[in-house]
Amino acid sequence: MTPQNFNNNKPLLRMCGIGKQFTSTLVLDDVQFELRAGEVHILAGENGAGKSTLMKILAGVYTAYTGQIELDGTPARFNSIHDAASAGIAIIHQELSLVPTMTVDENIFLGRELSKGPWLTKKQMQQKAKTLLAGVGLDIAVSKKVGDYSLGIQQMVEICKALAFESKIIVMDEPTSALTDVEVQRLFAIIDKLKKEGRGIVYITHKMEEIYRIADRITVLRDGRYIGTAPAAQLGQTELIKWMVGRELSSQFPRHQANPRQTVLKVRDFSVPDQAGKPFPVVDKVSFELRAGEILGVAGLGGSGNSELLNGLFGTYGSRVSGTITLQDKAYYPTGPGEGIKAGLALLTNDRKATGLILGMNIVENTTLAALKKYAPFGWLRPAREFESARQKGQSVHLKAASLTMPVDALSGGNQQKVAIAKWVDTNPAILLLDEPTRGVDVGAKHEIYELMNQWTAQGLAIMLISSEMPELLAMSDRIIVMHRGKITAEFTADDATQEKILRAAMGNTDEPYEQGSSHH
Amino acid sequence: MNKMSNSLKTGEHWLASPTTRVLAALIIVFVLGLVFNADGAFFKWGTHRDMLRAVSVYGILACGMTLVIISGGIDLSVGSILALTAVCFSLFTIHYQTAVIVAVVLCLMISSLCGIMSGAIIARFKIQPFISTLAMMVFARGLAKWVSGGQKISTAVQQADGTYQYVEVPGVFNFINSKLLGDNITVVTVIFLICIVISYIILTKLRYGRYLYAIGGNEEAARLSGVPIMKSKLLAYGLSGLFCGVAGICQAAQELQGDPEAGISYELSAIAMVVIGGTSLQGGRGNMWLTLIGVLTIGYLEKILSINAIGEDKRLMLTGAIIIAAVLLQKTKK
Ligand SMILES: Nc1ncnc2c1ncn2[C@@H]1O[C@H](COP(=O)(O)OP(=O)(O)OP(=O)(O)O)[C@@H](O)[C@H]1O
Ligand SMILES: [Mg+2]
Repeated sequence: MTPQNFNNNKPLLRMCGIGKQFTSTLVLDDVQFELRAGEVHILAGENGAGKSTLMKILAGVYTAYTGQIELDGTPARFNSIHDAASAGIAIIHQELSLVPTMTVDENIFLGRELSKGPWLTKKQMQQKAKTLLAGVGLDIAVSKKVGDYSLGIQQMVEICKALAFESKIIVMDEPTSALTDVEVQRLFAIIDKLKKEGRGIVYITHKMEEIYRIADRITVLRDGRYIGTAPAAQLGQTELIKWMVGRELSSQFPRHQANPRQTVLKVRDFSVPDQAGKPFPVVDKVSFELRAGEILGVAGLGGSGNSELLNGLFGTYGSRVSGTITLQDKAYYPTGPGEGIKAGLALLTNDRKATGLILGMNIVENTTLAALKKYAPFGWLRPAREFESARQKGQSVHLKAASLTMPVDALSGGNQQKVAIAKWVDTNPAILLLDEPTRGVDVGAKHEIYELMNQWTAQGLAIMLISSEMPELLAMSDRIIVMHRGKITAEFTADDATQEKILRAAMGNTDEPYEQGSSHH
Repeated sequence: MNKMSNSLKTGEHWLASPTTRVLAALIIVFVLGLVFNADGAFFKWGTHRDMLRAVSVYGILACGMTLVIISGGIDLSVGSILALTAVCFSLFTIHYQTAVIVAVVLCLMISSLCGIMSGAIIARFKIQPFISTLAMMVFARGLAKWVSGGQKISTAVQQADGTYQYVEVPGVFNFINSKLLGDNITVVTVIFLICIVISYIILTKLRYGRYLYAIGGNEEAARLSGVPIMKSKLLAYGLSGLFCGVAGICQAAQELQGDPEAGISYELSAIAMVVIGGTSLQGGRGNMWLTLIGVLTIGYLEKILSINAIGEDKRLMLTGAIIIAAVLLQKTKK
């Protein structure tokens, strides 16, 4: 596991002996990293391994660190984000850094506005933004506010922001976590182009298939230490996982034999009206059933309404929805999240930063928030009970944290996700609505989340699962319904579902017209 | 896993904790007092007691303000509601000779209602707290003037023939102004400390306190976790109104009258106290101890400036500078 020698090509970037400490914990310890022109270098490792931290040092976000950085063979030290950007380093941050209330073009050029003398050249910026967006295959109004667009589009805007300036080094920290397959394809095409132009790309991801699709070399970190670097062709998946996790994993998707029981959720003609002035209802007369102990996959491309379906059922939109719902043999009509929780629903939202967690609050407070009544007889909190329960829930989702009383924004992305999951486990739901449950979660932890899903279904929970990672959706679901423009266009059993069939249905092409609710009894 | 279970403490060094830093501001001001002690005036207990007395009314307002700011809002109406209650309380006790307990309850109901109204408008119609409490600030001031006929409600009561006749100062006024424990502490200060304790309990011991932090931290995430947004906001603004009522009653007693012009710009003092305490205006962070320290910091500052006979002009300029200095002191470098 020693780093290999590649002296055939002068490196664009060399980081040596990098160390970083947050208050009392050592997060990076003697880490090295090297990037050549025209290569895609994957930075891999478990949640909390220190990948983002290393890249934030490179991008001038953290200025207090030990070790050396060499750019083109000359030592460099960045004292600000601006410094690093001027030196030709662009970064797409893991947690989106867009200003939702500003327009698309304003966001792309934020802090580096094009100007003539003191005047902003708005036309020129809009034009350039349009070209950039077209380059990633996106045709949206640049004068609309970023917050009006879906997470997937926001992520593409973030990518354009990094491409707007001809940077030599482009760091992409989990850029595809909110993208659908089609968008990912486009991104890969762009990456190819950038490679040919001789730029160096650092790519961080937890998705195995992505790694092997684009990697030239792979560097692995574990617990803040450097494990090794190898060409992707020489590092097989099993070996890579071993480098990352420190042990071998039996199988990537451990779905146990499904054991569906009685129907717990019956939905008839469920609709969610248009939200931001879209011409059609985002969810349009959808009917389906869900059984205890089963995992129902809900596939769909961006804008298909699958996420809105889950949100609508849960009560995110209050009573602005319609349809007949029977939940555990009782009539249920969504009125609000509080009522949804009472009825036994739990919704893990797809954006933990914006809608999942209170970042400034600590792990315990986040874990117990949705079921706080349990810990507060007559309104008085019992901190000891809260702490003990949060400790157990944290353990059950394999949370790694220095302390339970640290604020969740100091956790790595994957561990933040685990806190969000722990919160919903704490409400003892009958039905778990999981919208991208493994977003930004490492292989080991993904495995643990799959095992948890198995455990939950074995206990009789029903799960509805949305995942933009097709292999995950295919492997974990017992049944899959596919949505397109708010309607269900197909339903497959686990056995006859394939990636192609799902994609076809997701784009609205079906061989035989699908009759809602009739194919399942 | 072992990493997690073996440590309950926060990773933060105690020197870097917000409380320490806020305390530093207070200590610096205190040391200033020791140096510029105005020929030993600062060493007299009476000076400190007077400081506490003078700062108590503001402190009571700051309690409610802390709750509101932690929930991510702001309450600009505190000064006006204070004036409204001061006027009402004086009317009830001086003019109508209402039983004290009835007068107190009625006044607190009026002030709470004002707060609840602001809260309802904010939560129901999604109007920004700044705007909706600004409207309440103007409205309550108008109401105070209307109720009082634009006059100070004092013990000089105008008779039918236009002459003034002095009535006796109501007993409750004297009681609130009296000192306890062998002249060592005034009743107003005791009331202030009780308000601090009540707010502390709400914020740290009650479910709704946790909800206020959650809403201030991320309202949408809180809503999706089933936090009752409406009720929590009504509670925060209602309590702020309630504390204004308490402060208004104290103010009336201290001034021996209900002045419809009272409390102008008190909201700014209250906000300054909370902010010096390190509670973030963005919401989600802060606590009662920090506010208490903030109140004392401003209280001592004013007292030191006044015992050194610094004119109001310089006093205001210095106070502005010190607010910035104190807030800078709390800033962390990453
Ligand atoms: N501001 C901070 N204060 C304290 N600890 C921090 C802070 N930021 C990060 N950490 C800690 O540093 C470690 C590395 O975090 P980092 O975000 O670099 O992980 P990562 O490899 O990017 O993980 P992920 O795949 O989950 O994004 C984690 O244990 C995290 O808790
Ligand atoms: Mg990361």
